[in-house]
Amino acid sequence: MRFLGGTILTWAALAGAAWADETALRIGDPERGAEVFQVCAECHQVGKGAEHGTGPHLNGIFDRKVAQFEDFEYSAGIIRARRAGMVWDLEHLDAYLTNPKTLVSGTNMEFAGLSDPKDRGDVLAYLRQFSANPQNIPEAAPTALKQEVELSPEVLAMVGDPEYGEYLATECTTCHQLDGDYDGIPVITGWLAEDFVLAMHAYKQKIRPHPVMQMMAGRLSDEEIAALAAYFGALE
Amino acid sequence: MRLNRRGFIGAGIATAAALQAPVVLGAGKPRVVVIGGGAGGATAARYIAKDSDGAIDVTLVEPTRSYYTCFFSNLYIGGFRELSSIAHSYGKLASEYGVNVVHDWAIGIDRDARTVSLAGGAVLPYDRLILSPGIDFVDGAVPGWDVSQQNKMPHAYKAGSQTELLKAQIESMPEGGVFAMVAPPNPFRCPPGPYERVSMVAHLLKQINPTAKILIADPKEKFSKQALFEEGWQKHYSGMIDRLGPDFGGGNVTVNPDAMTINIDGAEEKVDVCNVIPAQKAGRICEIAGITEGNWAPVDGHSMQSRLDENIYVLGDATDQGDMPKSGFSANSQAKVAAMAVRGALTGSKVFPAKYSNTCWSLIGTDDGVKVGAAYEATDEKIASVSSFVSQTGEDAALRMQTYEESIGWYAGITSDMFG
Repeated sequence: MRFLGGTILTWAALAGAAWADETALRIGDPERGAEVFQVCAECHQVGKGAEHGTGPHLNGIFDRKVAQFEDFEYSAGIIRARRAGMVWDLEHLDAYLTNPKTLVSGTNMEFAGLSDPKDRGDVLAYLRQFSANPQNIPEAAPTALKQEVELSPEVLAMVGDPEYGEYLATECTTCHQLDGDYDGIPVITGWLAEDFVLAMHAYKQKIRPHPVMQMMAGRLSDEEIAALAAYFGALE
Repeated sequence: MRLNRRGFIGAGIATAAALQAPVVLGAGKPRVVVIGGGAGGATAARYIAKDSDGAIDVTLVEPTRSYYTCFFSNLYIGGFRELSSIAHSYGKLASEYGVNVVHDWAIGIDRDARTVSLAGGAVLPYDRLILSPGIDFVDGAVPGWDVSQQNKMPHAYKAGSQTELLKAQIESMPEGGVFAMVAPPNPFRCPPGPYERVSMVAHLLKQINPTAKILIADPKEKFSKQALFEEGWQKHYSGMIDRLGPDFGGGNVTVNPDAMTINIDGAEEKVDVCNVIPAQKAGRICEIAGITEGNWAPVDGHSMQSRLDENIYVLGDATDQGDMPKSGFSANSQAKVAAMAVRGALTGSKVFPAKYSNTCWSLIGTDDGVKVGAAYEATDEKIASVSSFVSQTGEDAALRMQTYEESIGWYAGITSDMFG
């Protein structure tokens, strides 16, 4: 299955102009989204008078740079994403809701993610009602409901060769420490294979921001990413 | 595919060697000698010892007991690091990985007998030899200067006492004095290094001697990360730094260490500190081994094997390999490829196609970090760049700070990759 991210990226780059052509469909059902949001509401408030709780309030989240509240204490992972210039546009919100850790390693958000694209589309439709510029949000179904990185089941199911992964990993260990120490570069040991694979493909497709990682992941094949996931996943 | 064939050939040889070695050599294990304990040599020694699980005897020859990394030594000059924080010992390589660490100078190589002789008199036999000696300076590159003058005009391009000396000289400059740098021609160790150094010297002077001036005589038209450095110098150290490129005689320089003068294209200048970074060549042991062509040791990009001796591998700054810059990151990257190739040749272990990468971070001012990097692959001709990136001018402060923090993480990563 071919990844459609190229299309997403083009849309993101062209912003409003491209969005306009894609507003024929709704991104989801806001009423159903309000129900789905009940899970989120344990930590996040949205709407009139919303305040920070365990998580920050979500008013005006669309198209805001991540981690903008000075009165909220963010995780190191989210702050890294902010410094890298990440913006809560539709694709990043959708990716984050799919699996927070895949988009932002080290996030504090204790949430496994919404695997059903319809749930995400509906929650996003609900949330967009509390953002100031909803006209900038595309309502085309393929965009709204798209996973951040769409990988074929074959790629996701690929079982990596840890021996090959160990060799490939020697490129990673110039910066990432195998013993799990954090000195400014994220820890990559002990990840679930699927999270690792999704994150690497997100770099490869230049959805996750970071020039070094985009370059490193950019030349890894599907098998090589699987091999690295197998190797690092087995390390504590 | 050439790579696969190479892997197979290596494996075949290795099997033969493994069967025959005990008979022919009368010794149980193949022996690897590594000369030079920096980013290339320490990494190679560690990986071969670790991955062969004791099947290969690894000896590392390195004169110094305390190794000071060149990378981050500029940050010591700028006051961002303690000198002790860039010092490393070889204790773990010996105790945890079983590397035989010999603190001595290699002074001779007999390629026919496959032995290395040390200044202390010992002779080390090898099956494979890895040379990672770093750089030496080209004689007469800067008229008036040679290493006997290095205390008057330090190069500080091998870290440690030279770095300490240079910093001490900067700290005792008279008010409003002049710091001069004679920059090297290409190719040389750490392409952004001289310019990061200028940034760090400026940072230090701005605090302790703000009317001091910095003068760079540079034989090169262009230099690494030039737009980023020039933007940063303007921003942080406006009016302090003057660079004379070749158009202004920056390539026509003589120095007089006794008089503390520098002559640029006929114009004599009295200076207070003069940092002479001469033209460079492969560490001398490469010449002694007879594996250089011109100033550098040519290698096969698939394996880092010397093009002139199949039993010798060369790493890092000393090599002529193609597109990779001479950097600690490059040497570390090359070391892993060579370690794999050497293990494959000696024990028949699997050999995968070579992959290389490099990133160089530089600090321009407080929390103002930039980076440049590339990925490489081996062709039959050379190691070729396949993709690259560089920080952009005008980046916001948060991203620059993140880049700096990332460089600190990288330092921790690479030094644990080298020394365990």
